[in-house]
Amino acid sequence: MKHRLMPFISKALIYIFLILTTLPIIIAYLWLFTSSFSKQVTFGIIPKNFTITNWRFLWDEIKLGLTVFESIWPITFNSILLAGSVTILEVIISLMAGFALSRLDFWGKDFIMKCTIILHAFPGVALLIALYYVLNFASLIDSIIGVVLVKVALELPMATWMIKGFFDEIPWDIEWAAYIDGCTKFQAWYKIILPHIKPGIAAVAIFAFLAGWSEFIYSYIFLFSSKNYTLSVFIKNLIGDFRFLDYGLLSAAGLFYLIPVIVFFLISQKSLMKVQFGGIKG
Amino acid sequence: MNNSKKSFFVALPFIAPFLLLILFFYFVPVVLTFIMSFTDMDFSLRWNFVGIDNYVKLFRDQNIGIVFMNTIKYVFFTLIINVGFGFLLAVITTYFIKNENKGLLFKTIWMFPRMTPAVIYALLWLWFLDPTESGMLNMLSNKLFNLPSQNWILNHPMTVIVIANGMIGASLGMVVFSSAIKSIPKTYFQVASVDGASDWGIIRYVIIPFLKWPLMFMTIWQTLSLITSYEYILLITDGGPLNRSEVWSLYSYHKAFKNYEFGYGAAISMVLVIIAVIIAIIMLKLFGYDAMMNKNKIKKE
Repeated sequence: MKHRLMPFISKALIYIFLILTTLPIIIAYLWLFTSSFSKQVTFGIIPKNFTITNWRFLWDEIKLGLTVFESIWPITFNSILLAGSVTILEVIISLMAGFALSRLDFWGKDFIMKCTIILHAFPGVALLIALYYVLNFASLIDSIIGVVLVKVALELPMATWMIKGFFDEIPWDIEWAAYIDGCTKFQAWYKIILPHIKPGIAAVAIFAFLAGWSEFIYSYIFLFSSKNYTLSVFIKNLIGDFRFLDYGLLSAAGLFYLIPVIVFFLISQKSLMKVQFGGIKG
Repeated sequence: MNNSKKSFFVALPFIAPFLLLILFFYFVPVVLTFIMSFTDMDFSLRWNFVGIDNYVKLFRDQNIGIVFMNTIKYVFFTLIINVGFGFLLAVITTYFIKNENKGLLFKTIWMFPRMTPAVIYALLWLWFLDPTESGMLNMLSNKLFNLPSQNWILNHPMTVIVIANGMIGASLGMVVFSSAIKSIPKTYFQVASVDGASDWGIIRYVIIPFLKWPLMFMTIWQTLSLITSYEYILLITDGGPLNRSEVWSLYSYHKAFKNYEFGYGAAISMVLVIIAVIIAIIMLKLFGYDAMMNKNKIKKE
């Protein structure tokens, strides 16, 4: 009897531990959802009095005393612009560089590879002050393009490393056949090899989009006029003003900002779980 | 013109945009941070060299002691959650829970904080720890233990930032360790259970030895990112109250963008840059340059 009971108890204990530690996360996201649609929440997550006034920022101005907040739509557009540009630039540049690092042999390649690995681990936030100077020097301060370039550069070593890994998987014969048929290097890259790594490109693109969409610290520091604000900065300011007043409004705005993330996350969840860290070998 | 020089020009169009961005947003800033740390530059961005004044100031700064201790505590305890709890999650969801879909469900939930934009993640914490009864934790302690509401962030700022960052880092550990556990050949588990090993024995003698490298890699990697990252701390406690959760990297940020002491901020950052370079080189040495590189598929034409 004892023999059959013990595994059951230990299994139950493990489940209880897992559920208890996971519960706060579930509660927090449940609250975000219910509180955005109700006037009041009881026990933290049970909605009371359904309402959509928390979502008024979608069609109305948000006012607090004399302060009027900007409409959310131009700000949403800025966020899309930022995330979209980061995605496009990061994918194109990492596809080109990843190809060269994987397929070509050239002078200085070894050095570039070593740099890529080190930069891959090197945190960009340590350079914030100098980046401010660089952007100011290039007249890109307080412009979304500036934030895009910084973000792309800091994400690039990681993306290039991933892309290089995908190129490494493709057999040489395929490329060789292209050269026999008279393709140039560029044509072989564009027409023959790229179609083979579509799933890899999709993964890098989703990573880049989410990174751009969620970006906070660089937008917060490098953008100061309100017409250039992105959603993260806008919501940060809302939290500052409404934190003790109106959690309903905050959760609705937060959920609005979170929707694309949830969509992309659910689409790409399987590949996210397999995220490879260039370098981990047992 | 020799062959490798010629091939450099073939590769250049592919590699040039990459090199330009890296040059302007990594190398130039590293050099600039170094030079700036010898100036008293402020918001006007004028270069006015003052020698090693900033570094002398750093040693005399009366806040630096508490900031230093906070950083050590923060990195140490968060690391335990990131690596230790991440490992626990990986073992539970991959080894104990045999049903892959159930395991995936828990993994997905744990990935949520990581995918959530920092601002929203911070909002969830601010609500959870709200000093009034509208906060989840106060509501629970009122209802369950009949305790009065308290201002959690004010009373336990370090604990808050450690747990908030730990939950983010644990999911990365979970994903990496899970895939490492999956790559252990099944026969090892079979042999161990035939020999009558307990679950604990299997963890101790099969899983941990196999995960030695990923565990080590994760520890070093996370140390580096914890020392330099402050986004969540900035959003949740902003280093307060009274520097009680101020860490080194956040201190540099505050000096530069709150007090506009760019030069002094750069000197504080410089310490981080040096630590980051050292850790990166240690990683390269430890895990081996060749092991970190995938095999190249290059054929000479």
